[in-house]
Amino acid sequence: MTVESLIFEKGAPGRRAATMPSMDVPTESLESMIPSDLLREEPAPLPEVSEIEVVRHYTHLSQRNFGVDTGFYPLGSCTMKYNPKLNEDMAALPGFAHIHPLQPASTAQGAIQLIYELERYLAEIAGMTRVTLQPSAGAHGELTGLMLIKAYHQSRGEGHRNLVLIPDNAHGTNPASATLADYKAVEIKTDPATGGIDMDHLKTVLDAHASNVAAIMLTNPNTLGLFDANVAEVARRIHEVGGQLYYDGANANAVLGITRPGDMGFDVVHFNLHKTCSTPHGGGGPGAGPIGVKEHLVPFLPGPLPAKSEQGYYWEDAGPQSIGKVRANVGNFGVLVRAYTYIRTHGPDGLRHVSESAILNANYLKHELSSDYEIAYPQTCQHEFVVTAEPQKEKYGVTALDIAKRLLDFGMYAPTTYFPLIVHEALMIEPTETETRETLDYFVSVMHQIAEEARTNPEIVQTAPHTTVIGRLDQALAARKPNLSWTPGQEVTHG
Amino acid sequence: MSYVPNTDEEQQAMLESLGLSSIEDLLEPVPEDVRLRRPLDLPPALPEPDLKRLLSRMAAKNKNLDTTVSFLGAGTYDRAIPSVVPHLQRRSEFVTSYTPYQPEVSQGMLQAIYEFQTMVCQVTGLDIANASLYDGSTALVEAVLMALGPGGRGEIVVSMGVDPQYRQVLHTYAFARGFSIKEVPVQNGVTSLEALDGVVGSSTAAVVIQQPNFFGCVEDVRAIEPIAHRGKTLFVTAITEPASLGILAPPGTYGADIAVGEMMSFGNTMSFGAPALGFMAAKQKFMRLMPGRLVGQTIEEGGKKQTGYVLTLQTREQHIRRERATSNICTNQSLLAVGATIFLAVLGKQGFRELGELCLQKAHYAFRQITAIPGFEAAFSSPFFDEFVIKLPVPLNKLQQRFEQADIIGGYPLGQSYPGMDNCMLFCVTETRTKEDIDYLVSVLKEVQA
Repeated sequence: MTVESLIFEKGAPGRRAATMPSMDVPTESLESMIPSDLLREEPAPLPEVSEIEVVRHYTHLSQRNFGVDTGFYPLGSCTMKYNPKLNEDMAALPGFAHIHPLQPASTAQGAIQLIYELERYLAEIAGMTRVTLQPSAGAHGELTGLMLIKAYHQSRGEGHRNLVLIPDNAHGTNPASATLADYKAVEIKTDPATGGIDMDHLKTVLDAHASNVAAIMLTNPNTLGLFDANVAEVARRIHEVGGQLYYDGANANAVLGITRPGDMGFDVVHFNLHKTCSTPHGGGGPGAGPIGVKEHLVPFLPGPLPAKSEQGYYWEDAGPQSIGKVRANVGNFGVLVRAYTYIRTHGPDGLRHVSESAILNANYLKHELSSDYEIAYPQTCQHEFVVTAEPQKEKYGVTALDIAKRLLDFGMYAPTTYFPLIVHEALMIEPTETETRETLDYFVSVMHQIAEEARTNPEIVQTAPHTTVIGRLDQALAARKPNLSWTPGQEVTHG
Repeated sequence: MSYVPNTDEEQQAMLESLGLSSIEDLLEPVPEDVRLRRPLDLPPALPEPDLKRLLSRMAAKNKNLDTTVSFLGAGTYDRAIPSVVPHLQRRSEFVTSYTPYQPEVSQGMLQAIYEFQTMVCQVTGLDIANASLYDGSTALVEAVLMALGPGGRGEIVVSMGVDPQYRQVLHTYAFARGFSIKEVPVQNGVTSLEALDGVVGSSTAAVVIQQPNFFGCVEDVRAIEPIAHRGKTLFVTAITEPASLGILAPPGTYGADIAVGEMMSFGNTMSFGAPALGFMAAKQKFMRLMPGRLVGQTIEEGGKKQTGYVLTLQTREQHIRRERATSNICTNQSLLAVGATIFLAVLGKQGFRELGELCLQKAHYAFRQITAIPGFEAAFSSPFFDEFVIKLPVPLNKLQQRFEQADIIGGYPLGQSYPGMDNCMLFCVTETRTKEDIDYLVSVLKEVQA
């Protein structure tokens, strides 16, 4: 396939695609309505293309993009499972898709009901008291959760607490969210034996800073795919010093119906509905990051929250202690409809089957790969595990990146690379529950072939991919001379 | 129903290959004291046809804009979306992909986002744009944080003409970050220049206005600009109704440093307000301070040196920079950005201008008709785009009841956001309203008055 030129390079002056609504009202001159110095002088230089050109262009672009519908997507910590088509159809129902956020509650009873019920389902799944569906994504949920914790401490006259403890294997959003909430992130080491929190290091930090600890942020199972068996003890110790526990729900696909963050001792939890409830990732978004909290944090939740009376569903304003809204309107409703549908499709037994199958698939892959690859933490994993390509790098000069790129040649996406940061040459693999055994076996056979190539013909791995529409791209050039938008006359090199 | 393809027998065989007999063996790392030893208390699974029926009935309880005439805007706008947009946007290669970390197999999404960034620059007249943010309100927060710089302390000045929800969100973040906000009152529907002049000082990090503002009024940005640029202050414009950019002067031409806002209405469904599409555009010099993803054009390392696209300047971002990142954002609104890109390509140079004119003319026609009814008065005399405020001669409840009977979704009652405006309603008329719709509204208002 050759390069697809930009939409701006297509078309011809005067060409157009859309039929605009007709101007069916009497008109007046623009200048009589808007002062001339506030009017646009030149039209925006948007493309001038016909409908067929638009259709071919974006169809071609879609063909140059790999999704879960295209093939296996073992991207660790991202939970790239199959996105049910039913959920798309339900979100597109006119009664959900074409409604205004500010229309009177009496004309939006179905929408508020869905939000009301979804809140309760998520609270039950997480073992929490209430849930807000406002946060737009996981990182937004993290920030909202930290704001709740901040408001809680302040309400108790403990606003001086300024530290958030974060394990060294945490997602990058955790420390970034802590900074945004005006907290200082303190790193907690991983115990190399268990892969969980280093309890001695935790003790050292708590002994030194007990009265300043606002919270700890944990993912469990963590980014190594391991369930931290000390979680209840961590919770006890953090609560003992007056801190709060924040659960990063990125890996919740492993816990449905098996264990609940609330029962582990967490005070706040966020969900990534685009992971756990299989709403599509859309090339980077939208997602949804609802937050669940225990009773003592409910007064601080953003409002309004859905409520129900004999007259029907309505919005209840937040109380005086609320942190306030964290975005306009009620949250990513279109995503919430999909998540609601997903939960109702599965029911309690189905959700548990989801997590159990995800765990089985991950352990199966880990077992099958272990003859050729070093597993960073070889014990029983949950929904994902981490391979280190350190041996391949040392012996053959083949890196984790090379292996990832070579996988693309076989019609699969790559695992997450170089994360978590504590594992050198990391390849983080999450198969999810929606893959067939044949797909898993195919992935295994390709990984073995790549291991063999690394030994016998490393160059083919080092120069991969070979079959994609384009080869490896010059990242350094992109960062050194940033070109972030097209300008007329800009040259494009065609293959 | 389950989307797990492997049968119980296959799963059993997989377990056996692991030397295990039951899935319980794999759950052994989860200690007993945190195990849930009962089924989740959720409704039982439903087959697809039953679920479709259930959800269709739930959806039918909502009045939707396909069948109900709406004059409600206030930050969320009804837009005529050509069929071609959803058909292309919903191609599953876009829908089911992740953030394009592997560019060799993600050129489609990367190029679409590069085109989006370009179009945001074209419509705002600014130099650079990012790949999207959650929504207009959080995009405004990000702009303010850019202006405040590392540490996030300082003071910002915000016009009360900015969407009340956006201001609420700013206050939430101000609490978390420790910055302060001064609000500037409006006079005759636009930011009071006198008041603005009085509050902008040497410690002001940013001046935020909305264009057109929440009342639909067009701010005199040319008069605001010199005040907003006093000292080292940045001039930030929020835009909630992007159709206005078809005919109003774009931020890049009146000296705005950063423009943020909401582009959901460009090609995407309204969906009760979200997922939305926050955008951010800025002058070139702010490139390395930008939050969120940026797509850049580059070339192949080897081979034919083909042109390609990558996520770039990632050292600003949380997955690299962690606690020192410019923002914590990871997931954004890519699929909506694809929708907006296709929408703007379909409208094109001429159509985009026509969109702005349609909104302007139809809203002004509605304004003339409504203010001709005895008792219905214009609240302001400032110029407006496609929204305007009317003082009602009848109680709000009475009007809302009549609207509901007449199957009209009326305007936004301003009393809930602006004390003292209890009898004022913000009407919105976009290109989707016909003359017939407007005349119908006018006839209903006449009846209520009578």
